[in-house]
Amino acid sequence: MPKITYKDFQGGSKTIEVENGLSVMEGAIQNDITGIDADCGGSMACATCHVYVEEKWLSKLPKAEDAEVDMIDMAFEPKKNSRLSCQIIINDELDGLEVTTPEKQT
Amino acid sequence: MKKTDAIIIGAGPVGLFAVHQLGIKGLKAIVIDNLDKAGGQCIELYPDKPIYDIPAVPECTGEQLTTRLLEQIKPFNTELFLNERVDEVHQDDEQWVVKTNNNKKFTAPNIIIAGGVGSFEPRKLSIKQAEQLENKAVFYSVKNKEIFKNKKIAIFGGGDSALDWALELSKYSRITLIHRRNEFRGAQHTLSEIRKLEKNGKVAIKTPCQIISLDNEKNLKSITIKFDDEKTEKISTDFILSFFGLVMKLGPIAEWGLNMDKKTIEVNPKNFETNRKGIFAVGDICSYPGKLKLILSGFHEVALASVECFKRARPNEKYRFEFTTSSKTIQDRLGKK
Repeated sequence: MPKITYKDFQGGSKTIEVENGLSVMEGAIQNDITGIDADCGGSMACATCHVYVEEKWLSKLPKAEDAEVDMIDMAFEPKKNSRLSCQIIINDELDGLEVTTPEKQT
Repeated sequence: MKKTDAIIIGAGPVGLFAVHQLGIKGLKAIVIDNLDKAGGQCIELYPDKPIYDIPAVPECTGEQLTTRLLEQIKPFNTELFLNERVDEVHQDDEQWVVKTNNNKKFTAPNIIIAGGVGSFEPRKLSIKQAEQLENKAVFYSVKNKEIFKNKKIAIFGGGDSALDWALELSKYSRITLIHRRNEFRGAQHTLSEIRKLEKNGKVAIKTPCQIISLDNEKNLKSITIKFDDEKTEKISTDFILSFFGLVMKLGPIAEWGLNMDKKTIEVNPKNFETNRKGIFAVGDICSYPGKLKLILSGFHEVALASVECFKRARPNEKYRFEFTTSSKTIQDRLGKK
């Protein structure tokens, strides 16, 4: 199973194995990773699963749809490498992916 | 203080269907919601998005679902108290008393919390000084546009609210529209109007950039924004209007003595009652083994909760299970012959 590393804004980090086909958000929720709220449950309606994706992984992800980019406008401190973790679906190519959660989600 | 059989907190799809399930059992209810309209997340987050998993409705939008539910509960003439947030809940004998942020009071033997993920509130600016200036120089909505006349206003956001107010307030004020990227998601015809004003020097558009500081703590004098290329700019500003949408906050629900699991309320899946007798939680906000956050699950939950509500509201009557197809009593309540 691909390993995903969730870092927090203070430098803490947790690496967990997440099944292919799940989203980075679901991996976090199922493993009690703090820093990802996912209030809307993954319907791209709330921006509380916002993460920063490490540069080298950004190009390996499918481009964000317009709706995702629109929703990131609403996120807390969005940056160029901001993504919604509910929209990143895990596959073998993402083994080793590192994401950082923002200081807060709202 | 208004007396009823059940106080429903939340006017989303599940809260509205609660009115129906209580109503066909002959119970009166009132509904309280913090938004200015019924529909909850369906209307606030995805009014135009199709939903495909409502039984027997192959496809409908959040707005259509809300409209149909409102139509379905019309026979019960239920009062909706909108723009009201429930702040306090306490017990008085066998009754619950609920108080809203506007000091409205209600009492009933039952409370049904259909609160989704909590109440919607504006997403605030993330810089610290903004808090002290809130409702003085920093605003998240426009209640009285007179105060913005002949001022220098910085408007943040890329959606319709930001664009609409930029256009409206530009009639008599100096506007700077600030957004974190070059694309605006609001209506493009509004944007082209604003672009015209930009050419005439009536509106300044600053993208892609974000606010990094407010430059005075008591009276706002100016703000500093930072562009993506790290360049900063100071902009003389009297008022900030920020439109970053709404966030869902659990709010006071956490203080009502209910057993919580993170942001959800633990219930008994037999009748969706919480650890406090007569307080029920249904829809996205409740948790029990196997819980799915689906609208259809909420409909089921509220049907069962309404039976328990009946027993509490009518302790001397026996609850009879009836079908809408065959019960004359229910058909009467629905206004059918």
